Amino acid sequence: MFYREAGDFKTSYSEDNQTFPILFDRYRYYFVLVVGALVIPFILNDYWANSILIPFLIYSIAAIGLNILTGYCGQVSLGTGGFMAVGAYTSYKLMTAFPGLDMISVVLLSGVMTAMVGVAFGLPSLRIKGFYLAVATLAAQFFLVWLFNKVPWFYNYSASGQISAPERDFFYFTNIAVTGPNAESWAKYMFCFLFAFVLAWVARNLTRGSVGRQWMAIRDMDIAAEIIGVNPLKAKLTAFAVSSFYVGISGALLFTIYLGAVEVGEAFGINKSFLVLFMIIIGGLGSIFGSFAGAAFMVILPVMLRNFMSGALGWDTALATHFEFVIVGGLIMFFLIVEPHGLARLWALAKEKLRLWPFPH
Amino acid sequence: MKKLTMLALTSAMVAGTPAMADLMFPDLSYRTGPYAAGGIPFSDGYQDYMTLLNQRDGGIGGVMTRVEECETAYNTERGVECYESTRDDGALVYQPLSTGITYQLIPRATADGIPLHTMGYGRTSAANGDVFSHVFNYPGNYWDAASVIVNQLLTENDGNLEGQTIALLYHNSAYGREPIRTLEELSALHGFELTQLAVDHPGQEQGNQWLQIRRERPDYVVMWGWGVMNQVAIQEAINTRYPMENFIGNWWAGADHDVESAGADAAGYRSLNMNRLGDMPVFAEIQEMVIDAGLNAGDGSNLGNVLYTRGMYAAMLAAEAAATAQEIHGVADIDASMMRDGMEALNITSARMEELGMPGIGPEFSVSCENHGGSGMAIMQQWDGSQWVTLTDFIAPDDSVIDPLIVEDSAQYAAENDIASQCGES
Repeated sequence: MFYREAGDFKTSYSEDNQTFPILFDRYRYYFVLVVGALVIPFILNDYWANSILIPFLIYSIAAIGLNILTGYCGQVSLGTGGFMAVGAYTSYKLMTAFPGLDMISVVLLSGVMTAMVGVAFGLPSLRIKGFYLAVATLAAQFFLVWLFNKVPWFYNYSASGQISAPERDFFYFTNIAVTGPNAESWAKYMFCFLFAFVLAWVARNLTRGSVGRQWMAIRDMDIAAEIIGVNPLKAKLTAFAVSSFYVGISGALLFTIYLGAVEVGEAFGINKSFLVLFMIIIGGLGSIFGSFAGAAFMVILPVMLRNFMSGALGWDTALATHFEFVIVGGLIMFFLIVEPHGLARLWALAKEKLRLWPFPH
Repeated sequence: MKKLTMLALTSAMVAGTPAMADLMFPDLSYRTGPYAAGGIPFSDGYQDYMTLLNQRDGGIGGVMTRVEECETAYNTERGVECYESTRDDGALVYQPLSTGITYQLIPRATADGIPLHTMGYGRTSAANGDVFSHVFNYPGNYWDAASVIVNQLLTENDGNLEGQTIALLYHNSAYGREPIRTLEELSALHGFELTQLAVDHPGQEQGNQWLQIRRERPDYVVMWGWGVMNQVAIQEAINTRYPMENFIGNWWAGADHDVESAGADAAGYRSLNMNRLGDMPVFAEIQEMVIDAGLNAGDGSNLGNVLYTRGMYAAMLAAEAAATAQEIHGVADIDASMMRDGMEALNITSARMEELGMPGIGPEFSVSCENHGGSGMAIMQQWDGSQWVTLTDFIAPDDSVIDPLIVEDSAQYAAENDIASQCGES
């Protein structure tokens, strides 16, 4: 029907190699971009921005980051929360130490810092893999949270150990605040949208290129990859670096744009690592779209369910929360039984069936 | 991405309730998760009192009250979501019952012009109304609580704590860390030694901390716990055979559910309380007009227990502030900014508390532009194995220690966030 290939001819290799080779897919992609960048900011209200879209975009970035490491390179990581904390605390230290710095630089530098920390914790991956590596990264999670709790320098010796984001601008000379209580919703949304878009675009192209192929070779069989000339040291450490860069950026955004004040144990605890891991498992390992789908599933769906049950149906809030756990948990099981490769695979199957419509097999 | 637009459509239909002429009090409660044991009775008390006002008096000043409950599970992200979802509905005052959520909401609520009442929790230095225009933490704050405990210990030790050791067993979060600053100051002043033992969220793992207490045998253990942490700590203290009389909780670590599971073994455990215990005429009214009428928020079983009473006390303070605001502005249907003025002009007297059927439920205090913190007084209570008994009258904190700390901390906040003086020259 929509995904018709008939009449959609490719006459060059670059056309054939497009991310979205099917015409309709490409239009849909541009449509989503236009809606996201040019429509939503104008119709956005505070509730939608702050409770739904901004966390969705931020968690999508984290999910892409973890997907690069786990989905594309096969290195299981449970340290996502800790790395997000590195991003958040770096941005806090940068914002307070250099008040003139704009937010784009702050967030990018936080990503760079997290990438360095990620590489350090990625070193064990050269010797160990699978469950053993998961435990090593779990150690990173606990160590980093402990560190940010323990060393008062990280939270500027405040009495309670909370860090809070002062007001900073979008970019030099723009005078549009994106952090602090006076920031406009549309500015915060656009800031996150920009990061999510650019990072997703970069990730997609990285994973198509030689670097991504090396990661995937390592993931599929590391010994075979080494034999065909992939340098495991380089592949694994670049995966850790790129992944941590993404995760660090999402941590920085979560703290500066979304929450504004953070306490490390609560905001970046082990639960956060699990949450992001669930996102990529449900969304689909090794898929950029899957990262978005997983983030939507884990962030937007519970909020919608809660609004529906306690808002529209008028249920007791405790009952609604318990039902939310049951429904989300049940859906997770259902999806993983029906399609272990996640929402991205379901989506791809749906598209394939539509391409063969009306006679799918 | 397509999913997103579909979800957007479905929820656009779900969101949005019509605004009515009533006084909306959002209740960011938590009835699930590791802190639910404390969240449930507090929220029940808060809502039942508001219902009582509707039933008995027809609301506040003739305008009905409406409580909109939102479940946060003590989680800051959910708390922010709850704030955003209830804010535009005419919310008058927020009481998040969580220090973490309070920190999130202080800048937001201030920018939106909605007052926050963080009763005995939240950011201590918010007591300085000159900096925190929309945050109120009367009748007391954590630094008051820490000072009250030390003052009580001073009384018991003939005014001398020289050479004694006090271990602070605290929830490793902003909530638990708040008193450290004051206790350090007080330890320097009074010469006791302070050891700090952090317990991580949610608080069930306390083996190491109690091992250390068993080894070092501090003279007193002071606990800054909440939720499941309290029960575990009390059980651990029993297992360690630590003398229960020397184990003192703050006002969030002294509710019925904290000690009931240990029962008689926990006899002797003491804690602070900012509201008085015991039977009050208002409970009979709630029983009759709210619970027997089937309008109660929870299952009605919490009536009169420590945290229920505190929730009710919080609701009473909010209602009194709303009434004060109606009086100041001469409008019955007040908005959040009028509510703020009402809170700032709040004056709670013994006579008024008596009139409301809750004699002496809290200390007398009045709020001013500079002082949003109230008197800071608290009582000491003790668990006798089957119920809480009041040990002392309201004890005053040592303001000479706390006030400079509040000024220092709030000045730092003001400098970081570019806040000018709110009260002007006075």
